[in-house]
Amino acid sequence: MIPGQKQLSNLEELLEGIWKQNPVFVMVLGMCPVLAVSVSAVNALSMGLATLFVLLGSTLLVSLLRNVVPREVRIATYILIIATFVTVVDYLIQAISLAVYDALGAFIQLIVVNCVILGRAEAHASKNPPGRALLNALGMGVGFAIGLFAIGAVREILGAGKLFGFALFGPDFQPWVIMVLPPGGFFVLGAWLLLFNWLNSRKAAPVKPVEGHAHV
Amino acid sequence: MNAASVPPSQPSTPSAAMIRTLGLVATVCGILIVTAYEGTLEAVAANKKLALERAVFKVIPGASSVKEFVVGPTGVQPAGNGVPEGAVKLYAAYDQAGSLKGLAAEGAAKGYSDTVRVLYAYDPEKQAITGIGVVSMRETPGIGDKIYTDAAFLKNFEALDVTLSADLKSLANAVKVVKHGGKQNPWEIDAIAGATVTCKAVGKGINESAQKLLPLLLPHLDKLKAGEPARPTPHPAASPPLSKRGQGGFDSGSASSQRLNPPQPPFEKGGSRASHAEGAAS
Amino acid sequence: MSEPLSSIFISTLLANNLVLAMFLGLCPFLGVSARLNTALPMGAASTFVMLVASLCAFGLNWLVTTFNLEFLRLISYIVIIASAVQLVEMVLKKYSPVLFRALGIYLPLITTNCAVLGVALFQTARDYDFLQSVTFAVAGGAGFTLALLLMAGLRERLNLAIVPNVVQGTALSLMLAGLLSLAFMGFAGLGAGE
Repeated sequence: MIPGQKQLSNLEELLEGIWKQNPVFVMVLGMCPVLAVSVSAVNALSMGLATLFVLLGSTLLVSLLRNVVPREVRIATYILIIATFVTVVDYLIQAISLAVYDALGAFIQLIVVNCVILGRAEAHASKNPPGRALLNALGMGVGFAIGLFAIGAVREILGAGKLFGFALFGPDFQPWVIMVLPPGGFFVLGAWLLLFNWLNSRKAAPVKPVEGHAHV
Repeated sequence: MNAASVPPSQPSTPSAAMIRTLGLVATVCGILIVTAYEGTLEAVAANKKLALERAVFKVIPGASSVKEFVVGPTGVQPAGNGVPEGAVKLYAAYDQAGSLKGLAAEGAAKGYSDTVRVLYAYDPEKQAITGIGVVSMRETPGIGDKIYTDAAFLKNFEALDVTLSADLKSLANAVKVVKHGGKQNPWEIDAIAGATVTCKAVGKGINESAQKLLPLLLPHLDKLKAGEPARPTPHPAASPPLSKRGQGGFDSGSASSQRLNPPQPPFEKGGSRASHAEGAAS
Repeated sequence: MSEPLSSIFISTLLANNLVLAMFLGLCPFLGVSARLNTALPMGAASTFVMLVASLCAFGLNWLVTTFNLEFLRLISYIVIIASAVQLVEMVLKKYSPVLFRALGIYLPLITTNCAVLGVALFQTARDYDFLQSVTFAVAGGAGFTLALLLMAGLRERLNLAIVPNVVQGTALSLMLAGLLSLAFMGFAGLGAGE
């Protein structure tokens, strides 16, 4: 990320995106698709995997071309590459499952403008050899997918009383419908961020009194 | 876009280099996209067909193959690319023997939060709508989605009257959504209490679509019945058009007089009879 | 089905607000909405770009479908939006320096605003005709501006409130956005039927 940072070990490079710089919970990037399609765990996971695929593909290509592309046109090149992989993934999803494709709708194509991907291309892939860049992208992508899944799962459990389509509670469970509606997306992401803030603040300053926000 | 960024850059890469790079990248991207497109074309088409069949079989039980048609002022044609102006897309479902089982078309209208799209089955013999399925909607979960879970509401579509008027230009009675418990005529839809707006959207969508489709369709109904040589499963002993006697009276223009649809009771449709005949159909 | 323009306008502006119901354009929504005086120019600039993008996308879509090149749709959309933004920037710089200074800094940001691409993609997915597309783009931009303004106003007030440390920052903004979104749900059904 920050240029001139000391070299990270491979494992650290991988874990960077999954935990320390998690794109969803720490950097709060690429939120548009995150919230819109996270009404169920399956949708969230499919979206996460699609993003991971695009991230890996574009990172590889950007990294391979890093010494060829002139500075002036780099952003244009990145966007072109990303759009290519998004188109590819769009067709792949259509081929694999139309049901998922319909559920995700235009949001698959909106992966193009996901800041996480362009951010990775610009900040990391363009400066590192393919191996490292891929490792970093894998971490980021997995971190993103986990974040999405965490939101989708909570929304599905509370909003529909199910996980992956299987009913979790008895028939008496009254679903919190609001959770699968737009406001629920904001609330659940907000709650997760609270949880992360709380964990971090506890780690950072164990002396300071902290309000116990036992969310989720 | 690149040309714009040339002047301000200090060491300035020559334009030729930039164009070369962009050209190279564009070529790679083009190859990737076309490969993906060509590679998935078949699977996507198969998937789409499967999804369409599943949806149509659900509203027309007993069917085993589906053909798409476009019905317009000029007549009925097999669906090609896109739907021409003024025409309506129509799905004709055939059973194993290749005889027409029923027709299905889509209707859409604005619901509570977004457009509600439904697929309805039309039975030409009864001149009635005999089943609906939801294609897409974004209505409030737990309220709007009753339109496909509420048994009483679905009962409306066991024999919803869409007989044409005497001049064959429009429906004799427009499909109408009435307040819950107010259904009196076979062309009315009894709304679900609390989800009236969504129900109205369903009714409006069906009405608009049927008003447009049925007058165009009726003169050509024969073509759909007879002109389908049961391609998927070639039957040597064919199914000549004469297997459908008794429906003939229909084309002779006396449509309005025959409201002979007693609520045929057991016309199963809501059930998940998504027949596993997909294999046979393709 | 052809939706009346008024219905498209109302539903896109309120009930299906791009930001609060479709989650489009969240990055600027959370990033730029801290102050009222930046929210308005940002909204105006975005609306303008949306309109341009919508017009371009409409033409492109026609081109792409005529020649059966659907697989190039996305890539051509994004390229044309990026170019359009650059072009707008250049034209403004030359002919209206005042406006350029007001909007200038926001323009590059808008290229990666999902709301802009979203407008282009949704109008294609919904088969809008020319007038419908224009209405959709204008209403979408107005809705975006409205959400941005409301949020900025709320956040300016919140600066004066005392909140626990853990809640500060994005988490609080998201909760606020959730409440706003809840309020906007009340508009559902406004554009429905007669």
